[in-house]
Amino acid sequence: MLSRDGKKILRGVNLEVGDREIHSIIGANGAGKSTLAYTLMGLQGYEHEEGSLIFNGEDISKLSITERAKKGITLAWQEPARFEGLRVRDYLAIGAKGNGGVTEEDLKEALRKVDLKPEKYLDREVGEALSGGERKRIELASIITMKPKLAILDEPDSGIDVVSLKEIVNLIQTFKENGSSVLVITHRKEIAAASDKASLMCEGVILRSGDPLEISEFFKNRCIPCDSRVSPPKAA
Amino acid sequence: MTQITLNTLSSEIKDMDAAYSASGGDAAVLHNHELASLVISGNKVLNANGIEGIVLEPQETEHGVDVKLTIKKGYKISLPVHLCFGLIPEDGLQEINMNFVAEEDSAVELVAHCTFPNAVKIIHRMEAQMHVGKNASLKYTETHFHGPHGGAQVIPKAHVKIEEGGSYFNNFSLISGRVGALEFDYDVDAEKDSVCEMITKVYGKKDDKIKIMEKVSLNGENARSVIKSRLAITEDAESEFKGITEGHAPRSRGHVDCLEVLQGNAKAEAIPIIRVDNPLAKVTHEAAIGCVDKKEVETLMARGLEEDDAIDTIVKGMLA
Repeated sequence: MLSRDGKKILRGVNLEVGDREIHSIIGANGAGKSTLAYTLMGLQGYEHEEGSLIFNGEDISKLSITERAKKGITLAWQEPARFEGLRVRDYLAIGAKGNGGVTEEDLKEALRKVDLKPEKYLDREVGEALSGGERKRIELASIITMKPKLAILDEPDSGIDVVSLKEIVNLIQTFKENGSSVLVITHRKEIAAASDKASLMCEGVILRSGDPLEISEFFKNRCIPCDSRVSPPKAA
Repeated sequence: MTQITLNTLSSEIKDMDAAYSASGGDAAVLHNHELASLVISGNKVLNANGIEGIVLEPQETEHGVDVKLTIKKGYKISLPVHLCFGLIPEDGLQEINMNFVAEEDSAVELVAHCTFPNAVKIIHRMEAQMHVGKNASLKYTETHFHGPHGGAQVIPKAHVKIEEGGSYFNNFSLISGRVGALEFDYDVDAEKDSVCEMITKVYGKKDDKIKIMEKVSLNGENARSVIKSRLAITEDAESEFKGITEGHAPRSRGHVDCLEVLQGNAKAEAIPIIRVDNPLAKVTHEAAIGCVDKKEVETLMARGLEEDDAIDTIVKGMLA
C-alpha cells in the first residue's frame, strides 16, 4: 500500500512478473500505473507502506534506487529527463558500467535498435535540440545497453509517432529475447497484444490479470464507460 | 610575417607547460612555430609567435604584460591562436592589458588557458579591449585552471565592440580547482547585423565568491545576442549573476539565460535585466536557481549510479 496526503494511491496490488515475461499494465489515466512503476523502482516519495516486494526471491522493499538498479531493475520514464550537456554516448554508457561496459559498436547498435542514426546522435547532447520523441528513444537505448533483468517501461510509446509503434513492440520483444522481463505500462492494445500477460489497474487496485487480449477488451468495453471513480472497485 | 620572441627561462617554461597541460591544453602547440601563440608567466613573456596575418606585440610591464594582437584585414586564420597566462608561485600579482583587433573581413579563434596551480594569494587582473571589425569574426575561449587552495582573485574585465556584420563568441570556463574570488565583467556594443554569444560556466566551491556581470547593448539594426550562464555553487560558496541586454535598434534580438545549481549552504542570486527603447526590438530572459533536477538524479540512479555520482555527472554535464 502507498498513500499520499492521507489518500491511498496503491491499495490492492497483487502482481507477479515471470522470468522473461512481458507483462502489460493497462488502465485509465489516474489508475495508479505510473505510481506502481515508481514504487517498484523505489523513487523518493513512493516508498510503499505495507506488503512486500520480492525480486528473485529477495525482499527489496528497503533497498535504494541504486541498489535495486544494481540487482538488475531499471525504469524508463514516460517523460525522460533532459540532461543538459550530457552527451548521448556518455548517457548510454552509464547503465552498462554494471555489466562490464560497452564498446563503440554496442552504443551504435543500441541507437539503431531505436531507429536513430548513430552518426547523427551519438555525440549530441541528450537535452538540447532533441525532441521529446528522440529523447524517448534515447531513454530506451539506455535500457538496451544496461541489459536489466527487469525493465519497467512507463508508456514507451508516448511522444513517438504511431508509425513507430511496431518498432516499439519489436524492441520490447528484443528485451525479452535478451533475457529481460518487461513490465510495460500502456494504453495501446498493440503493445498489450504483444505481451505474455496483462493486468488491469483501476484506482490503485489490480482488478484482474490474464490474457492480454481479454484484458484489453475488458478495458475497452467495461472500464472506459465505467464510473469507477465515483464507486472505487475492491481488490480482486 | 612571423615574429618570434623567446626568453630562455627554461624552468619557467617547463612549469608553464606542465600547468598548461594540467588545464587541458596541449603544451606542444605553444612550441609549434607554425601556430600563433603567446605564453606569459607573471610579467614575463616566455614565448610569442605570430604567423602571417597576425601581428603580436607583447610588452612586459611592472606587474604583467600589455598585449596588442591584430588580425590583419581579410585574413582568415584557420588554426586557433593559443594563449597561456599564469602564475606558478603561491602569491603575486599579474596584470594583463589586452588589445585585440580583428580587422575587416578577418576571422580568428583565440584559445586562452589561465593557470594558477599553486595560488594561495594571487591577483590576476585582465583588462581587455576587443574590436571586431566589419564582417569579421572573433571567437575567444578562456579556460581557467586553479589549484585546490582557492587563493586567487580573478578579475577579467572587457569591453567589446562589434562592427557591422561582425560576430563575437566568448566562452569563459572556470570549473577546475577552486578560484577564491571571481569578478567577471564584460560589456559589449553590437552594431548593425552583428552577432554576439557569451557563455560563462563556473563551479564555485567552499567559500568562493563568484560575481558575473555581462552586458550587451544591441545598438544596430538586426543585431543579435545571447548571454548564457551556467553556475554550480556548492558548500558555502556564493554567486551573483547579472545579465543585461538592451535593445536599442529595430529588429535587434537578445536573450539572457541563467541556470544555477545549488548545493549545501551555497547562496545564489540571479538578476537578468532587459531594457528596450525601440518598439521593433525584442529581448527575452530566463533564470532558474535550484537543486539538481530530481528526475535526472533518479534516472541515473536507476541506471546504477550512486546518488553523489549521479549529481556529479549532471553538474559536470551542465558545465561541460
